[in-house]
Amino acid sequence: MKSITKQKPFEEIERSLRRFDAVFIAGCGTCATMTATGGIEQVAAMQERLEAIDKVVTGSTVIPTACDEMTAVLLKENERAIRKAGCILVMACALGVHRLSLYTNKPVLPALDTLFIGVEEKPGQFREVCAQCGQCVLGETAGICPLTACHKGLLNGPCGGTNNGKCEVDKEKDCAWTLIYRRLKLQGRLDLMRQYHPPKNYQVVPRPKSIKLG
Amino acid sequence: MAVSKFQEVLNSGKFVVTCEIGPPKGTNLDKMQHHIDLLKYRVDALNVTDHQSSVMRFPSLGGCLAIKERGGEPILQMTCRDRNRLALQADLLFAYTRGIRNVLCLTGDAVVIGDHKGAKGVFDLDSVQLLRAIRQLETGEDLGGNKLDGAVEFCAGAVVCPEADPIEPQLIKFEKKVEAGAEFFQTQGVYDLEKFAKFMEFARQFPVKILAGIILLTSVGMAKYMNANIPGICVPQYLIDELAAAGKGGALRKGIEIAGRMIATIKKERLCDGVHIMAIGREELVLEILEAAGI
Repeated sequence: MKSITKQKPFEEIERSLRRFDAVFIAGCGTCATMTATGGIEQVAAMQERLEAIDKVVTGSTVIPTACDEMTAVLLKENERAIRKAGCILVMACALGVHRLSLYTNKPVLPALDTLFIGVEEKPGQFREVCAQCGQCVLGETAGICPLTACHKGLLNGPCGGTNNGKCEVDKEKDCAWTLIYRRLKLQGRLDLMRQYHPPKNYQVVPRPKSIKLG
Repeated sequence: MAVSKFQEVLNSGKFVVTCEIGPPKGTNLDKMQHHIDLLKYRVDALNVTDHQSSVMRFPSLGGCLAIKERGGEPILQMTCRDRNRLALQADLLFAYTRGIRNVLCLTGDAVVIGDHKGAKGVFDLDSVQLLRAIRQLETGEDLGGNKLDGAVEFCAGAVVCPEADPIEPQLIKFEKKVEAGAEFFQTQGVYDLEKFAKFMEFARQFPVKILAGIILLTSVGMAKYMNANIPGICVPQYLIDELAAAGKGGALRKGIEIAGRMIATIKKERLCDGVHIMAIGREELVLEILEAAGI
């Protein structure tokens, strides 16, 4: 499971940096490297683009996993360069941005948008599979999550918008409930689709979610 | 004792005719009121769309109140797109106190196809859950299990797509809606009556009333557009040819004739219990469609 990110439009990054002349850039060696949004190459490219708009890049690093405690160590190692910078531009998912903000008083700015938790289907192609809803229904939906795969997150079958097995909002996208139907039928479990799913308990885990396991 | 005049008609065995009323985008109610006055005594109920195609408009509830004030029989369309379960239930309570007794429960189109593409789609409930919510409110209890001071009573319906592909998932959902308490169904627009008759063989097993959706064809372009873009609608080639043969000036008249002919056939052959006419902004033409159908 990976945190899937996309770089923000450069104009938005530029806007967020308008009050800072000097910037330190931090990437991430895990998810953002895999999605090619915050690895060594992307950090170098960002440095170039920032320098082209007359920013001073005081230094950069790619933290092995920006969301764990190694982040504190890496910040310490780069202390001098960070001190010279007005802010840290983070090319990691929101978890990395958050983690960095815990260890520094410098403004921490995201260069990426965190899209979803997902899997890589084929190189460079990512798909959301779980909305982390806290109440898993995959057992009754043949392993396909209707909350993420159905555009409307419907629990009781397809909407009337489905057309030739495709989704109302995207003719290229399979209708989640057609997929669920086909697999349940194949498995001889179509009766599960006839079962009524009551309204979901959206408060099953409070937000912000926090839990102590074990 | 029937809950509403509409329910009484549904259960009377009479051929039922409803039509759609599109509320304005704005506060000028003149056109909508004109349509209501034209049609309120000519059809059994007027069905007000709820931000159709996810385009923000005057609300269905407001349109239904206007119908009520003018002596007509309204059907409140409720989609699950824009309101969570609190707001949906609250609107049902309000509607009931103002004499609205018929509700059509829909999931609702996706937000992104409408005119507020960045809006948050709600879909806290789906259409099946909304039907059950109505039946629960009728027991004097809300969805949270709390006691109501004054309950509701509605004639509740839903929508079915007889021409969807694949059809079986839609039929399973149809059954779930019946179990959830739907008393009547209006269908997505149908044009192929043979196919529709096949659907009716299935639907007849259930104790519900089916109103065939009749969408007025206004031109060849519109027919082709619907075939390409509207899920579950298939205008057969022979109807498109018929519209084309009528020429540019005659296509609308031909569309009215086709709609009238289909209604007359459905009625004569008792294919289903009635029709729901959708003229999509040209509601004044419903009168001519009815005339063409001999109603």
